[in-house]
Amino acid sequence: MEWVNAIVQGTLLGGLYALFAAGLSLIFGVMRLVNIAHGDLIVLGAYLGLSVTTVLGLNPLLALIVVVPIMAAFGYVLQRGILNQTLGKDILPPLLVTFGLSVIIQNALLESYSADPQKLNAGALETASVAVGSLSMGLLPLLTFGIAIAVIAALQWTFYRTALGRAFRATSDNQEIAQLMGLNRRHIFGLAMALALSVTAIAGIMLGIRTSFDPSIGGGRLIFGFEAVIIGGLGNLWGTLVGGVILGVAQAIGAKIDPGWQLLAGHIAFLVILALRPNGLFPRING
Amino acid sequence: MNLSNLHVTRTSRAAKAAAVVGALILIVLIAAPWWAGRADMRLMGELFLYLALASLWNLMAGYAGLVSVGQQAYVGFGGYMLFALTIFGGIYPLGAIALAGVLGALVAVPVALLIFRLRGAYFAIGTWVIAEVFRLSFAQVSALGGGSGSSLPVGIVKSLAASRSGREHLSYWLALGSTVIVIAAVYLLLRSRNGLALTAIRDNELAAGSLGIDIWRTKFVVYVVTAALTTMIGALIFLQKLRISPDAAFSVNDWTAFVIFIVVIGGIGTIEGPIIGTLIFFVLRETLADLGTIYLLVLGVVAIVIMLKAPNGIWGLIRGRFDIELFPLSFRVKTTHPSKKG
Amino acid sequence: MPDPILTLQGLNAFYGDFQALYGIDLEVAEGEVLAIIGANGAGKTTLMRSISSLTQNRPEMVRYRGEDIGALRADEVAARGIALVPEGRQLFPSLSVEENLIIGGQIGRKGAWSLPAIYKLFPILEERRHQQSTSLSGGQQQMVAIGRALMANPDLILFDEISLGLAPIIIKDIYAALPGIIGEGMSALIVEQDITKALAVSSRFYCLQEGRVSLEGTSATIAREDISRAYFGVA
Repeated sequence: MEWVNAIVQGTLLGGLYALFAAGLSLIFGVMRLVNIAHGDLIVLGAYLGLSVTTVLGLNPLLALIVVVPIMAAFGYVLQRGILNQTLGKDILPPLLVTFGLSVIIQNALLESYSADPQKLNAGALETASVAVGSLSMGLLPLLTFGIAIAVIAALQWTFYRTALGRAFRATSDNQEIAQLMGLNRRHIFGLAMALALSVTAIAGIMLGIRTSFDPSIGGGRLIFGFEAVIIGGLGNLWGTLVGGVILGVAQAIGAKIDPGWQLLAGHIAFLVILALRPNGLFPRING
Repeated sequence: MNLSNLHVTRTSRAAKAAAVVGALILIVLIAAPWWAGRADMRLMGELFLYLALASLWNLMAGYAGLVSVGQQAYVGFGGYMLFALTIFGGIYPLGAIALAGVLGALVAVPVALLIFRLRGAYFAIGTWVIAEVFRLSFAQVSALGGGSGSSLPVGIVKSLAASRSGREHLSYWLALGSTVIVIAAVYLLLRSRNGLALTAIRDNELAAGSLGIDIWRTKFVVYVVTAALTTMIGALIFLQKLRISPDAAFSVNDWTAFVIFIVVIGGIGTIEGPIIGTLIFFVLRETLADLGTIYLLVLGVVAIVIMLKAPNGIWGLIRGRFDIELFPLSFRVKTTHPSKKG
Repeated sequence: MPDPILTLQGLNAFYGDFQALYGIDLEVAEGEVLAIIGANGAGKTTLMRSISSLTQNRPEMVRYRGEDIGALRADEVAARGIALVPEGRQLFPSLSVEENLIIGGQIGRKGAWSLPAIYKLFPILEERRHQQSTSLSGGQQQMVAIGRALMANPDLILFDEISLGLAPIIIKDIYAALPGIIGEGMSALIVEQDITKALAVSSRFYCLQEGRVSLEGTSATIAREDISRAYFGVA
């Protein structure tokens, strides 16, 4: 029964990892950009949530109303101001520029919020739980998992059912020809980054409610998101959710064996899948 | 112009002058224990080790197109191997450093087989995952202090040299020597057939492949050799520090972020770039380090600006202006002026 | 001759250090169908890319309806009513047939062409509208590419090698449809290797050779030997 419990908790944790991964996957899908600063942007989202909750006295979930648009606007400006200049055949510029961005965000957060761990306070939600049979599931992990499903469904819908999604896919297929359709790829990429950072904002706030955070933890979140993307298969949003769940379950099982093994077990699961299925479980596009 | 007046050469007057000046500087540096203070020597030792790391990272990223953000895996591995081999194996520290290099190469083989499945930027993050696995694994080894780490026993430290100044001199010379060896190795590798293959891959991977260059194998060799040398440098770094912990050994900031900044600022894809980058990095660090996080912020901004505005770094700017190359790698066509006739 | 809709003045084009076009001067009149002929590598596709701004130029090198558009972005040029049917069709593989057409109309210019009008022109596309564009035959893909360009209701449409790689019978069908397509007051530039086809649908032609205009004239009256000289550079 303890094992079933571990697997259920791991699955729910996977929802958070899928939120980490969704933005990464979206950006890669549209413009083949891998954003090394993604994890730090998640942490930035959490800190923005902290500021909004302290200043306005809002519940962190309500703070999303403020944080999501801020992050979206930041994403658009970042893409058009800096990242668009790095896109091209050479993979070094985007990689190194986002790496530099990661260091900048980390140290800017250190400078403004200090290295002390912080946490978002969501009140009773944090301790509430639902009993299913003999299993007890925290309301917060359940909610996070539900939000992950909703976010991925919304992204999926945007991608395949809207004019914006059509523009994303067309630009991803062939940037030149997409320009001939009157699509300004710089603007399209800006919108894609805005959408990705909106998801990142949600991920950051859910992270901040769940655990304490400090400016240095971005790298770890990037890695979890990245592992979920690769396990699920590049370019497959639902695959990303599966990837997140596999990662979460592996970590939960590892932690059950020995607390020191939690993260290691997740990485090992990733490496095993990389060895057996290098394109992930449900690949859609070639990296 | 008569074609027979043209000849192809790698050397140039600047390169010959650089070789002479370089040799003089090297002699002065070797003699540092007789003219430099203790603190200066420590700083220079650290500088040399960073220069070695940067040259190695540059070989991978700038020439082989293997952008790693996980070289801390090998730095830390080297440090831990030094500790393990000397403490449990009873091996003399210098032997342990050499042996650590061999072990680093052995570990790099399966790692490369795995992460070479990831392309481009995903390869980069894959290397980071490996480094995390190393960090978490060594944190589990309680014999080496687990998560809190351990110190090198006094007996082992003393086995290097009896006096403190003797040890300091030795560790300075080791740092200097290893840097010279690394730069020489990179230079010779790039001048060899493999070097031409690497340059071809860097310039156009598709075309290089169609010319029959085994891209995978070339990259694999570079990765493993770099791993071995990085491991040895890591062992040296922790021989200087005398204390190791998982967080310090596998720090992405210390062993990768700084190294990347050095190479980007100096000029990626050139041998001179890391040298200039290391000098700039240490000047910045020594003058701005008191600013703490602001200093890192500035470093990040400088790196981004350089990447966007001068992607070939400071050395690229210099070379673009004066067309010089201190380490002659490219072939040049020259005219020889025959004796004037009428 | 009526006012030109498009004027090229001394157009040069480069790929890195390689110069592909040398000082091209060319005019397309309002409502005119112009053919561009020339051997492989003569610079025909580069010319199309330059007009659509996929290759950047100096502003005054490309003049369209009295405006210098040479330095605009490709999407800005498209918005002014220039559409390209690119060489090799280049449909969007992740989009269905219908989505490929809809995205062509995304610019939102008003005119005769709409989804129903395209389906009337190429009924087979309506049957296949929900398929991935890559699952169609070459000829059907070419129909989608033409339809996608028409959906923008352009004033000037550029056809780049629309018969390349297609079966003769399909080529015949597509060329049979062309007059109906261009007939609505649209101007057109047709790049074609098949000289007979190109001359049959056009009123004037330009022949390119190694990046320069080697001959221009009226399609109906030109002598074949003049063309071969201009085409290959030999008599």
